[in-house]
Amino acid sequence: MADTFQFELVSPEHLLLSEEVLEVVVPGTDGEFGVLKHHSPFMSTIKPGILKVRKDGNAWVEYFVRGGFADAGPNGLTVLAERATPVSEISADDLNQQIKNAEEDVADAKDDETRQKASMHLSQLKDVAEAFKAA
Amino acid sequence: MPSLKDLRNRIASVKATQKITKAMQMVAAAKLRRAQEAAEAARPYAERMGEVLANLAVAFEGRDDAPKLMAGSGKDDVHLLVVATAERGLCGGFNSNIAKLAREKARSLIAEGKTVKILCVGKKGFDSLKRDLGSHVIKTIEMRDVKNVGFGNADEIGREVLSMFDAGEFDVCTLFYSEFRSVISQVPTAQQLIPASFEASEGDAETGAAAIYEYEPDEAEILADLLPRNISIQIFRALLENAASEQGARMSAMDNATRNAGEMIDKLTISYNRQRQAQITTELIEIIAGAEAL
Repeated sequence: MADTFQFELVSPEHLLLSEEVLEVVVPGTDGEFGVLKHHSPFMSTIKPGILKVRKDGNAWVEYFVRGGFADAGPNGLTVLAERATPVSEISADDLNQQIKNAEEDVADAKDDETRQKASMHLSQLKDVAEAFKAA
Repeated sequence: MPSLKDLRNRIASVKATQKITKAMQMVAAAKLRRAQEAAEAARPYAERMGEVLANLAVAFEGRDDAPKLMAGSGKDDVHLLVVATAERGLCGGFNSNIAKLAREKARSLIAEGKTVKILCVGKKGFDSLKRDLGSHVIKTIEMRDVKNVGFGNADEIGREVLSMFDAGEFDVCTLFYSEFRSVISQVPTAQQLIPASFEASEGDAETGAAAIYEYEPDEAEILADLLPRNISIQIFRALLENAASEQGARMSAMDNATRNAGEMIDKLTISYNRQRQAQITTELIEIIAGAEAL
């Protein structure tokens, strides 16, 4: 089991996670991607979604992340997220509040571009909320 | 010469003041520890962000299609000064030092014929700037209800600044805050936010890691996504540094005040005793003189 790499999950408020892991699945803007050891240097922005971490065996730990980017390099993977919360700690109310904010953003958008961005954000959040309810 | 009763009252009042300053000092010490921890916890994020942006920025150096937030709007006529201070006083020179730095900058800009706009974060900064620069202050954001600065607070300010920039209301944005060095040393600092400037670390050039990076979506989009975030992050960091500095400054100010009150009590006690003795002596002399006269 030596195929581990250094993984860091950082939010502006604190360092959530910094340890050796086997695999991480990141919700990238252009699609989810998995990172194993020796991933080629790669950088992607992330969309609101669930980030999954596998430390050993098949036990996945899940985090809700929003806004930020992932940076895979020779030294491992770093995910900088504006918000990062362990899934066990988020509540449906919290998500609903965020969805409400996003809906307001859509309503407030002044031009097409921002409206498109805001509605994309909203649909991503709704996906997360559905996945959360199903779980 | 104050009477004995007056002296007694004064001693009591200085003692009460000393108790208050002592309590404030201890409260500040406890808050300082928390603020310092928060500032340290936020550091990795800001540092990583800086590294990544510096990497990306190198690729855009001098290109025409560089994002506006990095290249600026091409002018520097209108300056926005974001002055971050505390909500409360009684913390030594903390607020006035930041305000002084901002005022000097504003004065020199005005002297050069530029337009200056000021955004105050925290009530104390506004209080000290409003007298001579009041007409330049466009908005004051109060943080009175905020107990612990969260990223949300900084993000709100960041959005405000960005929407103003997008509307073309200013060309250059500078952030004023106090950097926390230690309990006894806080350095007022000015930091340019827009256009963003990055110092590429020397290591990057050697490893050349930036060259073989793969980006998704492409570099331009990532940069466009990250630059606005970076503004909020920088403001967040400044607010945390400020919070730690404020408590540090208050702690040492209150320490001084407590010591001064102690000295004052000593002095008052001495003159109280002296006067009491003088009074006893006078009474004795009167009695003796009276007895002799008989």
